[in-house]
Amino acid sequence: MIADVLIIGGGPAGLESAACISEFGHKAVLIERESQLGGHLLKWDRLFPDSIPSSQFCERLTGNTGNSKVITNSNILSIKRDNGRFISKLTTGESVESKTLLMTTGFALFAAEKKQEYGYNLYNRVITNSDLEDIFKKGTVTGTEKPAKIGFVHCVGSRDEKACNRNCSKVCCVTAVKQAIELKEMFPESEIFCFYMDLRMFGRGYEDLYLEAQTKYGIRFIRGRVSEVSEDINGNLIIKAEDTLISKPVRITLNLLVLMTGIIPDQDNSNLIQQLGVKLADDGFVYSPDPLYGSGKTNIDGLFVAGSVTGPKTLPEVINEARSTSLEIHNYLISKD
Amino acid sequence: MADFGYGLTPGKGINLDDCNSDLFQKIVERSPDILKCIACGSCTSTCSGSIFSRVSFRRSILLLERGENREALNTLKGCMLCGKCFIICPRGINTRDIILTVNQYYKKELL
Ligand code: SF4
Ligand code: SF4
Ligand code: SF4
Repeated sequence: MIADVLIIGGGPAGLESAACISEFGHKAVLIERESQLGGHLLKWDRLFPDSIPSSQFCERLTGNTGNSKVITNSNILSIKRDNGRFISKLTTGESVESKTLLMTTGFALFAAEKKQEYGYNLYNRVITNSDLEDIFKKGTVTGTEKPAKIGFVHCVGSRDEKACNRNCSKVCCVTAVKQAIELKEMFPESEIFCFYMDLRMFGRGYEDLYLEAQTKYGIRFIRGRVSEVSEDINGNLIIKAEDTLISKPVRITLNLLVLMTGIIPDQDNSNLIQQLGVKLADDGFVYSPDPLYGSGKTNIDGLFVAGSVTGPKTLPEVINEARSTSLEIHNYLISKD
Repeated sequence: MADFGYGLTPGKGINLDDCNSDLFQKIVERSPDILKCIACGSCTSTCSGSIFSRVSFRRSILLLERGENREALNTLKGCMLCGKCFIICPRGINTRDIILTVNQYYKKELL
């Protein structure tokens, strides 16, 4: 198969790029390792800050990939460079010869069980942000009665050198606020606490969401990192932290604890990265040689990136980056013709 | 005598399981703006009283929220009701009004 661009990864960045590249009149092939397009969007119920259903947004993206060829259940088996072209062998048996390559492989969520002190996979009532989205999709918490007291732990696997990720994941603060509000709507009688280190409400509408969480929903914010979680005889969770704004240790018993797992580089791509010799930055995400002016470029001529493969991003940022990288690819292709 | 860190004083930690936020709830009913605080500390730093006493509006409302009423009230004792904190608060919280409310409940419920 011959193409102008091989797009690797069918999440929001890959899908929007496929649409744009088609519009520019180039032939794109999009491969996705899962059976369905959408990436992390498939796991989410509603999107911050406006609570737009994730499925609705996903359909909009998957409904328009232009005349790109889409291959699901497919991964790169091997890749090599020949005469400036990329020759990629796919796990589905096909081979794609392309002038350029676009990595839209996204991110992975930090594995919460690595922070043993929080008891994920040890205690039943400790769940992750991703598990919670599942609950929202199903509309019920299975196995437990209505949780009366619920906690959120921010920065799980982010801003944590021991977890090998000293960076902020950027989107989990507002996600926690969004999810806290949604849980409060689901269980109006519940009391909800967010344990945070800093609240990073940088985007449009985020601060308003936070204000609404405080005033309309009575969500309680405690500045302090949870140091340990243990289970009592009834399966409830005892949480310890310091209330750093008043310099006192706090403890509380909760019925449900949600861990805000952070955004980390997806290790599934290490094979591809090695074969191509893609340079990574210290944080493990793909290195940007021209981060201000050419965020779509990499250290390799003809290899482009868009989306969270270069670090945590919000959806509007991902969509805009997909479009700008598509333009970079378009300029690159016409300069070569 | 060597200090081993043990003492007869009650624990200084906060147990949110039996925290009594009745007073805080009453204040919220009268002045719901109290929920808007972002703990920036502008009120405390601008307070003319804070150089001389422990008065800290920021700290007092957090203590009230956590049910530490006695300590919260002690934290407001040096207040002269000048209203500077109201002028400075970025969330537009009528701090002075809240202090007056606290003062009223203080008289009614804790003395
Ligand atoms: S966005 Fe918030 S929760 Fe997420 S890593 Fe940054 S500070 Fe922590
Ligand atoms: S009203 Fe009271 S707390 Fe506020 S600045 Fe004046 S003295 Fe300080
Ligand atoms: S100035 Fe206002 S927002 Fe800042 S700590 Fe004081 S009351 Fe809270």
